[in-house]
Amino acid sequence: MHRILALLCTVLFAQPASAAVTLTLSCGSVGIEAQLCREGAEAWARETGNHVAMVSTPSGSTERLALYQQLLAARSGDIDVLQIDVIWPGILAAHLLDLTDRLDATSRAAQFPANIENNTVDGRLVAMPWFTNAGLLYYRRDLLEAHGLPVPETWEALSATAKRIMNAERAAGQDRMWGFVFQGRAYEGLTVNALEWVASHGGGTIVAPDGQITIDNPRAATALTQAAGWIGGIVPQGVLNYAEEEARAVFQSGNAVFMRNWPYAWPLMNAADSAVHGRVGVALLPRGTGEDARHVGTLGGEQLAVSRYSRHPAEAVELVLYLTSRAEQKRRAILGALNPTIRDLYDDPQVLAANPFFRTLRETFENAVARPSSVTRGRYNQVSAQFWNAVHAVLSERGTAAEVLDRLDRSLIRLRRGDTW
Amino acid sequence: MRRLAGRVLFALLLAVIALYTVFPFYWAIVSSLKSGSALFTMEMFPAQPAWDNYAAVFRERPFGRNIANSVLVAGSVVAVSLFLGVTAAFALGRVAFRGRGMLLAAILAVSMFPQVAVLSGLFELIRWLGLYNNLLSLVFSYLIFTLPFTVWVLTTFMREMPRELEEAAMMDGATPWIVLRRVFLPLMGPAMATTGLLAFIAAWNEFLFALTFTLTDEMRTVPVAIALISGASSFELPWGRIMAASVIVTVPLILLVMVFQRRIVAGLMAGAVKG
Amino acid sequence: MVAPAAPGLSGLERERRRAAWLFLLPMVVAVVLVAGWPLGRTIMFSMTDARLDDTAAPAFVGLANYNLLIRDPDWWNAVRNTVVFALVSVTIETLLGLIIALALNERMRGRGLLRAAMLIPWAIPTVVSAQMWGWMLHDQVGVVNEALLALGLIARPLAFTADPDLALWAVVAVDVWKTTPFMALLILAALQLLPDEIYEAAEIDGLGPVGRFFRLTLPLIRPALMVAVIFRALDALRVFDLMYVLTGNSAATASMSVYARQHLVDFQDVGFGSAAATGLFLVIAVATVLLLTLGRVRLGATENGR
Repeated sequence: MHRILALLCTVLFAQPASAAVTLTLSCGSVGIEAQLCREGAEAWARETGNHVAMVSTPSGSTERLALYQQLLAARSGDIDVLQIDVIWPGILAAHLLDLTDRLDATSRAAQFPANIENNTVDGRLVAMPWFTNAGLLYYRRDLLEAHGLPVPETWEALSATAKRIMNAERAAGQDRMWGFVFQGRAYEGLTVNALEWVASHGGGTIVAPDGQITIDNPRAATALTQAAGWIGGIVPQGVLNYAEEEARAVFQSGNAVFMRNWPYAWPLMNAADSAVHGRVGVALLPRGTGEDARHVGTLGGEQLAVSRYSRHPAEAVELVLYLTSRAEQKRRAILGALNPTIRDLYDDPQVLAANPFFRTLRETFENAVARPSSVTRGRYNQVSAQFWNAVHAVLSERGTAAEVLDRLDRSLIRLRRGDTW
Repeated sequence: MRRLAGRVLFALLLAVIALYTVFPFYWAIVSSLKSGSALFTMEMFPAQPAWDNYAAVFRERPFGRNIANSVLVAGSVVAVSLFLGVTAAFALGRVAFRGRGMLLAAILAVSMFPQVAVLSGLFELIRWLGLYNNLLSLVFSYLIFTLPFTVWVLTTFMREMPRELEEAAMMDGATPWIVLRRVFLPLMGPAMATTGLLAFIAAWNEFLFALTFTLTDEMRTVPVAIALISGASSFELPWGRIMAASVIVTVPLILLVMVFQRRIVAGLMAGAVKG
Repeated sequence: MVAPAAPGLSGLERERRRAAWLFLLPMVVAVVLVAGWPLGRTIMFSMTDARLDDTAAPAFVGLANYNLLIRDPDWWNAVRNTVVFALVSVTIETLLGLIIALALNERMRGRGLLRAAMLIPWAIPTVVSAQMWGWMLHDQVGVVNEALLALGLIARPLAFTADPDLALWAVVAVDVWKTTPFMALLILAALQLLPDEIYEAAEIDGLGPVGRFFRLTLPLIRPALMVAVIFRALDALRVFDLMYVLTGNSAATASMSVYARQHLVDFQDVGFGSAAATGLFLVIAVATVLLLTLGRVRLGATENGR
């Protein structure tokens, strides 16, 4: 509590009393996310006597990134504080202020390490973690119970369980039943999903934190071959063009046993009008088999950053510190089920009372792996596009995993142009 | 007998085309009346229509303002491009001069670059002109795709006009400006209405420029406003509400078209009487 | 030339030309103002190594970007996808547009209704209609599969947008739905400008409806039809939203615009992306020259064969 007070004091007294400034903040556009963002910003504005103008940007992350790039490349000070995706710190680093000095050792230790590491580019902390996200396994509790099967721990067990239940349900007349749905469309989401398969088999993260290209390895090939084997069997072919919502549509209509998705789907699954209301459970995503196999969820989430071209950088940094503070994250977790980046909030009784499923999540976030966006920096989107295209090729049987990964490896080396990214 | 069969087949073909055209819109209306899991079902007539989607569109964002912005922008774009288009078409279609083909080709070349490639250049231009986050920036930038189109279409129609009309007027000593206004404008009615309508809808639907050249909610146009409708989290797509917004903006457009089309026919009649 | 036949007109003819330039001036100024810098800049950057994430001044690299572009199999794949798409969709749209325009030009019952109905697809913002079709074509919860199953046309649901063999056709079907109104309206405008007398003459000559169409109507509306085809082709060759929303960013189904956008925006490679955009321009320019030649469109010739 006294940390918050200390923070409030710095916020209150660091401001020269006379100069009220207007900051422009870009966060979500509507819904609870935007509402919480606005409330937080208004609270800060009241306390400091400044003004905050809100700018809505599209939630589709590609459009938002394009817009930011356009503004930042023109060195425009039109937006002071930007909400950025977890994979953008590396891409936008050159345009963002360094916040390293503003996060002391205790606050740093309170955060999930993956988030801090992800937001650090060349030793500069370019964005503050705001809320986090990671992949989860949704399962049909009722179906697993009816068939007397446990929640699968490994991908192999998931395949077997899914197959058994799917076949039994189809035989019982539920001919639309499928075993598993995930995000298989050729887009960033496929990178996220495939990274979970690969990393959970101990196959690394495409590019290691030291810049080495590690994707061409037998474990990665095993993981991708296994996934390719699902298509047309336990997974509908249409999954090759599913993003998050398409997958949710199938699972929420009661037509799939398992689904990989983000935590956002949880409240929707359990809404009164959901076909699977009260019959869904969440668990960690399965691990692979063999050594180094572990449960892995790919890190997602949003950060707040300050534009280098802001006309009021000092105030903008204060606003970021306020919005990402423990108190604000707690409020957002309770009211909007937005996942905090501060670890002990997952043990907070008020947060847990509002969101009982957060208990499972903490472990997911502790196990989260980040995409290699900070190390590959401006080239990340290219690395990711090549990776998802390679995975898409394996899934749609346009090549075996070994061949495709070999080709990917060579083309990533070409992309790196030298020893560093 | 064969004629009858032919007519029946033709009518059948038209019915299929009409179904193909209209069904998706019907489905949009049905979807706009659904919420939650109902969206994933095949209900053809929603048993419990969720009218709230429509209210929500106006409640959460300045959607009325966005519609007004779109009308203003699209209307101005059409006015400017029709004016510039019809004067240029008169010169290009009725007067023989050297370099005419080159000029037409150059104008067409403007339409050959992908939108995303001209985005950055236009962005710089607009900031330089001080039009950023101003509706004028959209009126200005939309000319890049409406002008080549209006100039080409109007030139083509202008060429097809009978020569005698013009010669008679010129014998009377009318200046080219008078000829254009008194002789060609009335005759060009249907062509101008059609071109204007197509340009209007193109401007009305434009998304990328509108997103990039405006920043605040008060300056947004309809397509951007619809794209900004999002659910509780960034992944959720509130489909019912998006469809409601789309229906809201499409219906007035269709009404406008129906009125417009009456005018086209009326214009033709008037022209015929005068001629 | 009119002038020698009527000497009094030669002064007038000169005045006419002066007026023509005056009439052209505002449009030319507007086009140069709005398009000059953006297009010039794209061509200029295509010969540099400019990047969005690099704030240093870009260096001139000559034609290196173009060299990379023509050796990228993904680019040629995108060219092929786009050309096939444009060819198929513009052909279907032209035929359908003709049928609809002819029907709307007839005096028949329900004409007003059909005319309004026909415009609906064109009036829905593309960002929305592409997503809407994405949902309608969903393999598990999409209404199209449901309808085809109910009619007994297919045995089990098809993955329209995921199956590479079907994806192109799905995109074509949506594009035809979306842009046929554009064609139909322009053709209709051309039909409405035709004087009734020519049909009366045909009546006397005893031409049937089919003969009347091919011998009279088609030649007369050909200039307008060609302009409509050219602008449709330009749009189809620059197709972006539809491919992007319906089939994602897969290199297998990407169009040229998707490819250019990916490099220009997602990969921040302004230099190479500009080269791709200029490459796209060249492909379209070639296609346009072909269309103009095949369609015998006169650019420089005087009106009415003068």
